[in-house]
Amino acid sequence: MNFSLTEEQEFLQEAARGALGRVKTVEAARDALEGAALPDLWPAACEAGWPGMLISEANEGAGLEPIDAMLVFVELGKVLASVPLLGHLPASYLLDRGSEMTSPPALLGELAAGARRAAFVGACPPSGIEDRWTVASLRGPIAADAPTVSGDGSVSGAAFWVPDAPGAASLVVVAMDDAGAPRAVLVDVAGGGVSVEPVTRYDATRTLGHVRLDSAPGTMLDVEPEVIAHAWHLESALLAAESLGAVEYALEVSVAYAKERFTFGRAIGSYQAMKHQLVEILRLLDNARSLMMYAGWAGSDKPDEFALAASAFRAKAGKALEESARIQISVHGGIGATFEHDAPLYFRKAQLSRRLLGGTAGASDRVADELFKQATLEGAL
Amino acid sequence: MDLNDTPELAEHRAKVRAWLAKHKHEAPVNEGASQVEAEHDIAARRAWQARLTEGGLNGTTWPAEFGGQGLGPLHQVVTNQEIGAAGVPGILDVIGVGMLGPTIIAHGAEEQKERYLLPMLRGDEVWCQLFSEPAAGSDLAAVQTRAKRTETGWVLNGQKVWTTNAQFSQYGLLLARTDPDLPKHKGLTMFIVPMDAPGVTVRPLRQISGDAHFNEVFLDDVAIDEDATVGPVDGGWGVGMTTLMFERVTIGLGGEGFGWRADRFAGSLLAEPGAAEDPEVRHRFGELAADFIALRFTGYRMLTTLQQGRIPGPEGGLAKVTTIKAAIEAGELLADTLGPEALSMEPGGWGKLIADLPGLKSAGGTEEILRNMVGERVLGLPPEPRLDKGVAFKELRAREKRSIGEADRGGERSETGVAS
Repeated sequence: MNFSLTEEQEFLQEAARGALGRVKTVEAARDALEGAALPDLWPAACEAGWPGMLISEANEGAGLEPIDAMLVFVELGKVLASVPLLGHLPASYLLDRGSEMTSPPALLGELAAGARRAAFVGACPPSGIEDRWTVASLRGPIAADAPTVSGDGSVSGAAFWVPDAPGAASLVVVAMDDAGAPRAVLVDVAGGGVSVEPVTRYDATRTLGHVRLDSAPGTMLDVEPEVIAHAWHLESALLAAESLGAVEYALEVSVAYAKERFTFGRAIGSYQAMKHQLVEILRLLDNARSLMMYAGWAGSDKPDEFALAASAFRAKAGKALEESARIQISVHGGIGATFEHDAPLYFRKAQLSRRLLGGTAGASDRVADELFKQATLEGAL
Repeated sequence: MDLNDTPELAEHRAKVRAWLAKHKHEAPVNEGASQVEAEHDIAARRAWQARLTEGGLNGTTWPAEFGGQGLGPLHQVVTNQEIGAAGVPGILDVIGVGMLGPTIIAHGAEEQKERYLLPMLRGDEVWCQLFSEPAAGSDLAAVQTRAKRTETGWVLNGQKVWTTNAQFSQYGLLLARTDPDLPKHKGLTMFIVPMDAPGVTVRPLRQISGDAHFNEVFLDDVAIDEDATVGPVDGGWGVGMTTLMFERVTIGLGGEGFGWRADRFAGSLLAEPGAAEDPEVRHRFGELAADFIALRFTGYRMLTTLQQGRIPGPEGGLAKVTTIKAAIEAGELLADTLGPEALSMEPGGWGKLIADLPGLKSAGGTEEILRNMVGERVLGLPPEPRLDKGVAFKELRAREKRSIGEADRGGERSETGVAS
């Protein structure tokens, strides 16, 4: 039995803290809401080796595991750092699993070094109540069909609210082939037929884009549908890890404030009404941490359970951030709801994150789906 | 990250498994968590506890000199897992072996260890824990049961409550007040009480389900010997803290806890046509199932801590809050999905689960007290101001009576209700 982090993993976290600590990311997040440009953290990310984390060593990457990427995302989430890894890592993960025939090693080398950026235009795998692979639609409750790919590799269709699409030179698009099977297609943004419309919504640290493809030339990767689904769940797990980091921050600053702010002659943290809310953040955080360990373990050793683990992590980390962002504001009183404080930035992050990549509701639906699937299989045995 | 045993634990597991394979046919029927009622059931469970002891499957963490195995808490976890997997009942006297025995080992006199430990381990004598009272639960140091010195020993008067197994126990470990002139934590002493002593009355306490998992125990002029004290006179609080520490460990090592698992609930929902396709059922189930999965890995994280030779922190108590919350949500979902039929008390129904949860919320300390403790010890938040520190227990009781009297007269001297 061992469910603790290794020394290397603790070092990775510390190094991330150090690298991000050199930039005032939280202030930048506030300024960005007023229209200021975000600091470019990509050079720091490249120096730390993050773009190549999930690319194998044979392809000049670091050959690390999903849990390592999650740990970096925890640190990003804590300080609201805007680094376009949410799109890059699942894309590079998928490319790395294709053969040399379809995933050029030279490209992977560039992606690993961060000289070139990729974004994942993923699709949500089917479930017991949805038989299509779907992408987010522009608005409304009904998810849209994933793009399609012709026999020659050209892709058509659209995907909305895609993380880190603006600025990416390569896209890895999940599209349905003529037989209705999911394929991962490598598309060069400069190759024609691709339009990426940058959008900022509510949380200025989150780079999003609407991707429209009109017979854009591409190469179908020779990866299995399970690997394509895995990439989707990987992206969910990374987003969940980012949320977990933001919850850690919310707890830390809220506890510190509750110790130093006095009313009626005593610290507000001594009132049960305050204490119990702060402990609630800790409870939700601890549950999310346990699920991150599960997602990390499944991501490396239990691929059959990764959909369940990543979805459970996403559902609970999302919920934890939503709650903690609200508690953070109420512990700080009225000022917590103003730009004088950082809390609104975390609140905005919570609101947008909850609705991306199929939403936290989609994640809890997936948890149910996986467990019903397991129970059906066991019943059939 | 891995779930694998160390070579040492793997060897222990193989030994335990081999013994169970050979002897499990001798085990009585596994009644699960339900109350052991009939005399012959208890006799069978006690005999089985003796067999487990002889086989080296009991007293895993007890020192060898008292009949134990002298092994670590992870060995205990492995033993519990294997007993669970074999589908046989574990020992009858979890409270004695898990909590009260270790307390006697830590604080008892040599004669007490010699007299009581081995019969306790074998199940020849069953024990119960006489700590909580109607007005002393989360605030345990408020116990009022009085022990007064006599020429030959002590005489006890008072009432205990929430006493599991009292109806068939031979002995109880009892916390009583020996000096009310001292502050509440200081004037307490721990005693060993024979449950067949004249003046001891045990009455079952029926819960929402109609079952009686607990008892009330009344003590009327119960005379006990001079040497029945465990640890120093007026030093009972420290002895009780030892018991409560072992209580936390025993609960923590319980393995699958209450046996509530996301996959079991999934199977029950799946049996209802249409439920697994209903978006609301899926959403509610996904949320609570993710909590149960989190609990499983919180358990693995705690075991990792133990394996590294460290003691898990008080934040582990939050796992109980999540357990009860998720189980309440599961019960509600099943009942909403199945309709009134779900509220059956028969096996296969969910009536008992739903009925047990409101009480379990306060078991082992109320959720509110647990949140206070975690807030103070883990987050370092300042405590609520306390009005009982350093005050003689007698004076505290007098103040209580005065303030109840004031409230009855309309609260004219109340200090609350100040507007900002």
